[in-house]
Amino acid sequence: MTRFSAFALVKNALNGQTGWSEQWPDAQPKAEYDVVIVGAGGHGLGAAHYLAKEHGITNVAVIEKGWLGGGNTGRNTTIIRSNYLYDESARLYDHALDLWEGLSQELNYNVMFSRRGVLMLAHNVHDVQSFQRHVHANRLNGVDNTWLTPEQAKEYCPPLNISKDARYPVLGAALQKRAGTARHDAVAWGYARSAAARGVDIVQNCPVTAIRRGPSGAVEGVETARGFIRARKVAVSAAGHTSVIMDSAGVRMPLESFPLQALVSEPVKPCFPCVVMSNAVHAYMSQSDKGELVIGSGTDQYTSYSQRGGLPLIEHTLAAICEIFPIFTRMRMLRKWGGTVDVTPDRSAILGKTPVEGLYVNCGWGTGGFKATPGAAHTLAWTVAKDEPHRINAPFTLDRFRTGRLIDEAAAAAVAH
Amino acid sequence: MLLIHCPYCDESLPEMEFAYAGEAHIARPVDPNAVSDDEWRDHLFVRSNVRGPHYERWRHVHGCARFFNAVRDTVSDRVLGTYAAGAPRPSLADLGVEE
Repeated sequence: MTRFSAFALVKNALNGQTGWSEQWPDAQPKAEYDVVIVGAGGHGLGAAHYLAKEHGITNVAVIEKGWLGGGNTGRNTTIIRSNYLYDESARLYDHALDLWEGLSQELNYNVMFSRRGVLMLAHNVHDVQSFQRHVHANRLNGVDNTWLTPEQAKEYCPPLNISKDARYPVLGAALQKRAGTARHDAVAWGYARSAAARGVDIVQNCPVTAIRRGPSGAVEGVETARGFIRARKVAVSAAGHTSVIMDSAGVRMPLESFPLQALVSEPVKPCFPCVVMSNAVHAYMSQSDKGELVIGSGTDQYTSYSQRGGLPLIEHTLAAICEIFPIFTRMRMLRKWGGTVDVTPDRSAILGKTPVEGLYVNCGWGTGGFKATPGAAHTLAWTVAKDEPHRINAPFTLDRFRTGRLIDEAAAAAVAH
Repeated sequence: MLLIHCPYCDESLPEMEFAYAGEAHIARPVDPNAVSDDEWRDHLFVRSNVRGPHYERWRHVHGCARFFNAVRDTVSDRVLGTYAAGAPRPSLADLGVEE
């Protein structure tokens, strides 16, 4: 692996760009590994990176049914924030945010993390009260979040319509300045490159069809389209397909998979300085570095693995965007797509051990998994390496649905997020 | 856009007329006090999340407002058939679907 630096750039500019090496090899699976990670998205590749870097476990394979980063990692709207209500969530997402800030340096790969701020709009009295509660809860947890008047929000984000007669009047906004966006593909690529350089095998186009358990009940390995691969430990990080894979190991999951759609406009000059979210009308938007407006909303109402979703939701989302940002009413949309997100009943993730020895799971991120990528990967690697929960992922157990110790971000936000 | 056949109105209509209401044929335990924590978790939270033919409830909110059941392929999103709430769970063959 060539290390990226100003020196390497100059050297290759002079020698005709012939000095670059392959970023990661497309590995063939070996017969046996210490750890097999199912799913080469940001979370799975990140876990491989931290396993190798922080725990010295390098006999690892990341097995992916499609192409690297082609699932939800490549399909989300790249929003990163940590302004969650509950203590457990605040710790987890803020841990991720801490890691985001140093990620480009750590990976020697530019993930284009941009702290442009996330503005959450309040459109009614309930929003105002609930967001102010969030602001206070966040500040008590050391998470930055401030309350803005409509005028301050307009100053921070000039395209915003704050007129009194708007369909969705802006009564104020919560701003997390430390939040922002990152380049989603680069996150998968950076982690893959770093993990592969430390000896991790990344196997693409190889669907895992089942998890095999031995006579004692412990994990023995995974059945794949290219045959059986033995593993001492298996970590499932397969987003929307997690429940299908976990079923094969005899573990039924409290998950449902929904389509989550996003779309982008034609590229325009920089005109939108931050991320704006509106929970009440359920739309959010930012502008990518290429200039496209990146727009998303909630999931479709029905479960599906189609990676498509329906047009009524797009219409609803764009109607809201046009009301809040009248300057964009004549923008043309370039393309739309869908991902399959796994949603838990309390809208918090499940991250850690399972009832099966040697089987770990990282799932249930619903519509907000991208922002958690480094935090989820880092704590998952800890749990896999030490076979015990990390203090940050400890509350996010599968068992909480039996004990009732939920982390009810669903109630806190009143929407999927 | 899904095209859903309401078994009461006997019409195929766009999904915007309907509200999804989760997996079908989940019976609440008759005596919740008598079930274990595991069974109560399964009832409240665990769903089959099928990749393929999924038995699910819909409500014709902008029509007759009644609940009914549907079988939908969650990979193609094609609605394979619908039937009245309370009717026994049909097999795919009953719905005329070739497996």
